[in-house]
Amino acid sequence: MTTYTYYPGCSLTGLGKPYDESLRAVFGHLELVLEELEDWNCCGATSYMSLRQQKAVALAARNLALAEQTGRELVAPCAACYLVLIKAQHAIAEYPHVAEKVRRGLTTAGLSYSGRLSVRHPLDILVNDVDPALITAKVVRPLADFRVAPYYGCQVIRPYGTFDDPLRPSSLDRLMRLLGATVVDYPLKARCCGGSLMGTMEDIGIRLNFLLLKEAKSRGANVVTTVCPLCQFNLEAYQDKMTHTFKEDVHLSVAYFTQLMGIAFGLRPAALGLHRNFVTAAPLPVTA
Amino acid sequence: MRNATTHCRYAEDVNPAFPAEIMAKLGGEALRDCIQCGTCSGACPMSVHMDLTPRQLIALTRSGLERDVLQSATPWLCASCYECQVRCPRGIKVTDVMYAIKRRAIEKGLYPKRFPIPVLARSFHDMVARHGRNSESRLVIQLALKTNPLGLLRMPPLGIRLLRTGRMVLGQERVKNREQLKAMLDAVEES
Repeated sequence: MTTYTYYPGCSLTGLGKPYDESLRAVFGHLELVLEELEDWNCCGATSYMSLRQQKAVALAARNLALAEQTGRELVAPCAACYLVLIKAQHAIAEYPHVAEKVRRGLTTAGLSYSGRLSVRHPLDILVNDVDPALITAKVVRPLADFRVAPYYGCQVIRPYGTFDDPLRPSSLDRLMRLLGATVVDYPLKARCCGGSLMGTMEDIGIRLNFLLLKEAKSRGANVVTTVCPLCQFNLEAYQDKMTHTFKEDVHLSVAYFTQLMGIAFGLRPAALGLHRNFVTAAPLPVTA
Repeated sequence: MRNATTHCRYAEDVNPAFPAEIMAKLGGEALRDCIQCGTCSGACPMSVHMDLTPRQLIALTRSGLERDVLQSATPWLCASCYECQVRCPRGIKVTDVMYAIKRRAIEKGLYPKRFPIPVLARSFHDMVARHGRNSESRLVIQLALKTNPLGLLRMPPLGIRLLRTGRMVLGQERVKNREQLKAMLDAVEES
């Protein structure tokens, strides 16, 4: 039994709630314990860094310092949080003048950070820490009717490529095959969904996500799986509008990879937050 | 928006200190190594929507054409997907350069004012600096009030769907130890 320190981030308490629920359920089922980081703060995402640089590093570093005190690895499921935390680690390690400013800020707050903390994405843990044989053994309902387009998006793999290739990733493909799913060839698997641009420049966001869904459909997928709350929302929430705008039906279920794992493990759909997804057509179980 | 590359340039348009300023920022160091190959523009999923491609923006930055660079919508359309940065054959941290330009544009007050993206960045920054956490729903409503109040009328269907599925939290999330957070942020000087 391994215990990790858990950094849910702001999204997983709101938009990404089904991600939080399914992640906890799947980790629990594999006897991996998630202990939430006490009094974590926002990572700063892309917006904070657009205004302040050193403060943005310090903002992320407060979480690193708090997490280091727990003596365990830190799990960050949101792609933006995951990248920002790792980026802050790089900034501190590579730029002495930044490290000095951050150190001063943390000291003022009664905190310190040595740089030894390891920040992990749950996909990394499930693929690299968990024995594939254990996952196979837990599959009670193989995903035989699932033709999955594995969508990695951007920030889980780029720029650092911590556990997978930053342009041609394959870890999620392998995980889906362990569950008995068919993985379709999906060349746009690492193409950006636009992130927060959906909220600011909706026409651009809709076009990007339309292309992603259209490609998944044309490759024969009946579900897209994601590893990031923003990707999941962008792909799922505007399907009516995309279909209307581009006069092409792109309705497709978009589920978190942890939801698909939970389905394969035979966990209850409600425990996986499936009732919170907007689109739950076959092959996802009916939740109504 | 006018196409900066087609305009005649005179000495007064050039700020000779500008290239060095951007190169001094985190990730800007390798900007001098750019060979103008255009890999960044080709890789960018947003470049078709930009007034200047990333390659053009780099060329103008290195030429010191500060105003054209800081008024461009390009850095604000960057979604931070890092594809250009990973593919750049010269190891330029293109995404980080975009951040450096965004910060400079805000400092100098030259960013495109009617553009909702810098407004979002500002609201996000202020919310986090104050509360330590960001509440997505509140942020979206704030943004709409500031940029497109009438657009709020079109939002309810999505909002209702999010509420119904329990994915919209209307309260303000905050950290407990806000004094600690504030003290820390105040102690970090920007340079």
